[in-house]
Parts: sequence; structure tokens; C-alpha cells
Amino acid sequence: MNEAVYAVVGIPFLSAILLALSPSYRLTALGNVLASGLAFAAGLSFLALPPVTETYVILDDLNKFFIILNTLVGFTTSLFSRSYIRHEIETGHLTPLFVRFYHAMFQGMMGAMNLALLANNIGLMWVGLEFATLMTVIMVGIYRTPAALEAAWKYFILGIVGISLAFFGTILVYLAGQGVLGEGEAAMTWSELLKIAPQLDAPLLNIAFIFLLVGYGTKVGLAPLHAWLPDAHAEGPTPISAVLSGLLLNVALFALLRFKMLIAANPHALEPGPILITMGLVSLIFAAFMLYQRQDIKRLFAYSSIEHMGLITFAFGLGGPLLNFAALLHMVMHSLTKSAIFFAVGHVTQAKGTQELSAIRGLSVSNPVLSVALAAGVIAISGLPPFGAFMSEFLILTSTFAREPLLALAVAFGLLVALGALLMRLQDILFGEPTTPNHPVSAASAPIFVHLSLILIAGLFLPPAVVVWFKRAAETLG
Amino acid sequence: MTNAYDIAHFLAGMMLVCSFTLLYQDRILAVLNTFAVQAIMLSLAVAWQGYVRNAPDLFITAAMAFGLKGIIIPVALNRMVEKLGIKRDVDQVVNVGVAMFLGLGLTSLALLLVLKVTPGAASFTREGLALALAIILLGFLQMILRRNAVTQIVGFMSIENGLILAATGARGMPLVVEVSVAFSVLIALFVFAVFLFRIRERFDSVDVESLDKVRAARAHR
Repeated sequence: MNEAVYAVVGIPFLSAILLALSPSYRLTALGNVLASGLAFAAGLSFLALPPVTETYVILDDLNKFFIILNTLVGFTTSLFSRSYIRHEIETGHLTPLFVRFYHAMFQGMMGAMNLALLANNIGLMWVGLEFATLMTVIMVGIYRTPAALEAAWKYFILGIVGISLAFFGTILVYLAGQGVLGEGEAAMTWSELLKIAPQLDAPLLNIAFIFLLVGYGTKVGLAPLHAWLPDAHAEGPTPISAVLSGLLLNVALFALLRFKMLIAANPHALEPGPILITMGLVSLIFAAFMLYQRQDIKRLFAYSSIEHMGLITFAFGLGGPLLNFAALLHMVMHSLTKSAIFFAVGHVTQAKGTQELSAIRGLSVSNPVLSVALAAGVIAISGLPPFGAFMSEFLILTSTFAREPLLALAVAFGLLVALGALLMRLQDILFGEPTTPNHPVSAASAPIFVHLSLILIAGLFLPPAVVVWFKRAAETLG
Repeated sequence: MTNAYDIAHFLAGMMLVCSFTLLYQDRILAVLNTFAVQAIMLSLAVAWQGYVRNAPDLFITAAMAFGLKGIIIPVALNRMVEKLGIKRDVDQVVNVGVAMFLGLGLTSLALLLVLKVTPGAASFTREGLALALAIILLGFLQMILRRNAVTQIVGFMSIENGLILAATGARGMPLVVEVSVAFSVLIALFVFAVFLFRIRERFDSVDVESLDKVRAARAHR
């Protein structure tokens, strides 16, 4: 009955092993698409599943939609990845030798993220996130240029610091649980911990939350722990930038949300809200200003990811059914939009042969299809109608105004600053004289337009079933 | 029972001493040997816990710490250092006195923090946890203060030592986590090994400072 739950983790790991054994990159690229498609099918079948709670696995309204989002973006990214890697090998940027394990690591990362999402054990969740991080570290360094190595090294060092702190926090949560549930498995089981949350030792929980916040917050990319993020996004292959922005940041935030639920259920523990609000707001405004100085197209959108993760963290920090709902919706919209943007950016950089913003001009003349895709993506991510992010940002803003008008002003300010920067950049990219020669690219535009049509549909009409489901998920967050 | 208590604290204390030694050793081979000693102390500490608490699964963790981090990894890194012909001395960002002072500060911070928030837990657990946190923080400090990729690796692995000490100190924490921590160390070592060769290949040095040049070049991008 619950085979689908295991399939979502099992398929990627199994295919990772199979892909690692196959030497031809064409074959592994195809296998990657196939495996991601199967995982997506398994993820979709969750819609029909009732909630599951077992020793190691939990499936509730909250992680159900994270899994579906994860497998969907994993699938579309594998499609994009196929054409991207082929182009990189044909132009000699990558040699087949160094792509040898790329697809296996991609599947390993997807499996680890699904494991982190489904784990009912806080230790297992940690293992999933750590494994996914290590996989992405290797992939960020795959170009082996000095810049790529530096980015991967920095990502690795900061990732290790974050993940170690998170593990220490996990041990502290176990200690708190052990005081009530006794020694052994139960004290690490998420569903058991949540049941007895009010009886947990509050000071221990507080200090644990700080460790977890700094630890997992590093992975979310919250300022001032974001230093790895722009470099890792800019120097790695673009499919990895897409999954980093679209998925890994989400999964880390999901881990943080689980612990927030735990601490919020304890009446004596500190309020997690104000800390999250502050970190979110700082990230939002800081990233909005950083957008203005970027000279590299992938770094530009990396900072935009920091901005949106900040906004989402802010909304979760303020909490309440409406804001939780809006934040969840915004997470989905951001994932879909940002990965679509990175798909488009990947093709743009391949066509122009550079990531320098100053060298990418006149796209509407030289690559009309890509320019439409990129323009739609940027408009969507700036929170302009008619796309889905407009709705979620509007919801966040209005409900914040109703409760904390001053904070809402700060959020609106940050969003406007970011909007200005992005539109200014977009104008430079689209218009003017094309300055660089145009390399032919065999772009896979299907993933981009699938994502764009999804967010367009969400912006125009959100199906009531989805609304009900998101509301339930928002309620579990408290 | 007081004996059990003393020996556990002695072993954890020895690990902390090793962490301090790691901070001031200025030769790479000495750093690797100190790390091996720390890992062996860890394996003894874990084995002692397993014996005292009658938890045989802890012996697996102890054996892994002993074999992997006490012997195999240090020997492998030793070979790597010789093969790469890395210069013998390790650059330190600050001088030894400052490093020691910072280390002492972090240790007191760890003790104050953990002892303050765990009045309810058994003193056995809380003091072990405090020492473990001190070892973790000193590992961070080492990663910050060293300019050499090999010593940064050692700093990272001594963080993992502290984490395993903390995990075993928390009574009855399931083995699944410890195994996975050990497993992740292996993967991480693989990552590091790959990077060492790549950095060597690209920059003719394992000095992380050569990465700083890249960083400076794109400061405003």
C-alpha cells in the first residue's frame, strides 16, 4: 500500500548506482530522464495516499506537496540537463570523463532530498540533507576552473559548519525527547516528539533551536549565512543552479519548519517567530540591494533566490493560517519560476558563450523564443501579475499589513527595490544591439514552458482542491 | 560508578587536549598524528560507554572510529602529503598565543552554555556534552585559522569526532545516526581528496590562499 513512499526514495538511489556503472553520457542522460520520470509518477501517486506514519517514514499534508514539487522539478531539470550537458560536451567545456558520474550524483541528490522530506526520524532527515549537500558540492566543482573550485570549496566549508551545528542541535532535541520518552528510537521520531512537545524541557529546546536555525539556515541561504550561495549558483552547471534554487533551499527550510512546529507547540520555549522574521527581512532587503551591482547573470538570479527565501522565512515567522498558506504557495511559485529562469539562463549563456551581463544584449533580436521565456520568468519572479508569485506576494503583503503595518512597509520596500533591479536588468538583456556572436543551441524549451504555464495557471485560477490542500498543510504548521 | 564517570571524563578531556594541540602544531605530519591520537581517544571513550552501559552496538562505532579515523585516514593523508610534496610547515593566520586564547574562550563558552541549559539531565551526560561542544567549536576555529587544505580537512574531521562523542554521550541514541556520520566522513574524505588533487593541479599548491586570489578578482561581480 505504501510502496510509492519507498519508491520515491528507492528509485533515485537505485538508478544512481545503475547510472554510475554506465560509461556513455548519452545513455546516462536518457536513464536520468527515465528515473526522474518514474520518481515523479511515484510522487504524483501520493495524491491518492492517506497519511502514513511509520517508524522511519512519515507522510502528511505538509511533506506531500514538497515531494510532488521535488519530483516534478527533478523531472523537468533532467530533461533540461540532457540538452545542456550535450551542448557542454560538444563545445568542449566538459569532457565525457568528468560527466561520468554527473547523472548518478543528480539521482543521488534527488533521492537524498526525498529521504530528508519523508524521514520521520530527525537523524535520518539530517543524513538526507548532508548527503544531498555533498552531492551538490561535487557537482558545483565539475568545471574545475579556479573559480568553480573556489566556489565549491567555500560551499563545502560553510556547508560542513552548518550541517555540524544542525547535528548538534539534533542531539539536543534527542536529549530533550529522551527526558520524556526514554532512551532509544522514540525520542528521535518526529511524530512522537510532536505529540509530547509541551512536556519537553524548554531551555534545552531553545538552545537546540538556535543550533538548528544557524545550521539549516546556512543551507536556506539566509543572510548573513548566505556567502556560499551566489558562488555555488554561478560556477556550477546550470541544471544544478536550478535544483539548488528550486529544491535544496526548500528542503532545508522544510527541516527548519519541522523544528519550528516542535518549539511552537511548547508553551515555555522561546518564540521562534521574531528570529525568523528578523533573518527573513534582513535577507530580503540585503539581497534586493545586492541585485543592483551584479555583473553575472547567474549570480543575479542567485541573489534573487536569497531575496525570496527571505520573504518566505519572514512569512513563516509571522505565522498564522493565512500567512503560512501564502508562504507555502510562494515556495511553490518560487521553485517553479526560478528553475524555469535558470533553464532559460542556461540556454542564454550557451548561446552567448558568456555569463557576463554586459555581454548579453539584444536577446529579443537574436533569440526571440528564449527572450520571451526569460522575460516571462523575470516578470513572474518580480511578483507582477498575471503569474502565481503575484498572488502569493500580494497575500503575504496584505495579511502582514493587517497585522504588522510597519513590517509590511519594510517588506514592500524590499520587494520594490528588487523589482526595480530586475526590470532594469531585463531591459538591458532584451534590447539593444546584440554584441556577441550567437552560437546555435538545441534548446529543450519544453521544461521552461511547462513551468511557466503552471505558474500562469496558478496566477489566473488556483483550483479549489489545491487551495483546500494547502490550507490543511498551513494548519499543520500552526 | 564513580570510576566509570572518571574514565569517561578523562577520555573526553584527552580529546579536548588533542583539539588544543591541533591548534598550535605547526608541522603537517604532527597535525595528522595528533588527529590520529584524538580519534583513538574517541574510540576508547565510545567503547568505554558501551562497556559501562552494556550497549554492545557502541563497540561497532568504536571500532569504526579506531580503524577509520585512527589508522586508515591518517595514513592515507600522510601518503597524500608526501606524494604531493606539500611543504612541511603550516601557515597560521594568527600566532599561537592568540589561537590558544581564542580556544580557551570557546571552551568556556561551550561549558557555560551546555551546563546552563541542561540542569535536568544527568551530570554524566551534560558534562560529556559540554566537552563535545568545546571540541566541535575548536574544530571550527582550526578550520578558520589554518590556510592549508590538509589541516582544514583535519579540522573538519575533529568536528566529526566531537559530534560522535556528543551522540554517544546522549544515552541510547540509535546507532543509525552514528553509522551514517562515519559514512559521511568517508564521502567527505572522497570529496576532499578529489579537491586536493584538483587544487594542486590548478594552482600548484594546496594553500587555500591561492583561492583567495580568485575571490578577490570577482569581489564585485
